[in-house]
Amino acid sequence: MAIQPDEVLDCSGLSCPMPILKTKKAIDKLEVGQVLKMIATDPGSKPDMEAWTKKTGHELLEYQQEGEKHIFYIKKTG
Amino acid sequence: MTEEKPKRVALIASQGTLDGAYPPLIIATTAVAMDMEVAIFFTFYGLNIIHKKKMHTLKVSPVGNPAMPMPIPSIVSIIPGMTPMATGMMKSWMSKAGTASIPDLVEACVEFGVRMIACQMTLDVLGIKREELIDECEVGGAATFLEYAAEADISLFM
Repeated sequence: MAIQPDEVLDCSGLSCPMPILKTKKAIDKLEVGQVLKMIATDPGSKPDMEAWTKKTGHELLEYQQEGEKHIFYIKKTG
Repeated sequence: MTEEKPKRVALIASQGTLDGAYPPLIIATTAVAMDMEVAIFFTFYGLNIIHKKKMHTLKVSPVGNPAMPMPIPSIVSIIPGMTPMATGMMKSWMSKAGTASIPDLVEACVEFGVRMIACQMTLDVLGIKREELIDECEVGGAATFLEYAAEADISLFM
């Protein structure tokens, strides 16, 4: 808990492929080691973000679900 | 981010309908967002997807389309006005679901550096001018695509 994100990206209301595209753009703007908090309401975002981080190598530090909201903390790696 | 050579994706987009345009654009943009390298070969009606004007007016037809969520009997579906109605319905579902429009996804392809190849032969056959297509695409033939696809990890005809 209490991860302090460097950037917050709200993808609420968006569905595939937009949360992934926006996350990619947001991560590109961060420095290595910085953390992005991404919020999505797309139920497919959990498996998709897991697959995306696995493929790109960025680290999924934490995942939370709050009602309809899926919250991801992603750390940019080298 | 991974050290090895990026995975390569080769897509052929052959459909010019609204529902047919989404799959190649969604796969392409997602693949580049996953650090893959992507090329799309636009052939036959698929060229409409990168046509400056037509990309804004792609349609879905209820004729011979039993998959429409609201089934329309074939005899009714041929009545003028049914295609615009079905198209309007689909655009409204996509927008409610928060999915991007076709022009937005084409723009994302450009921004992410998806290589877009327009089929030269189709341009000639359908009488489409190079200037009618988006500036960012290149024009080539089957050999241009195959030379790229020969090294691809994923190849899909859509």
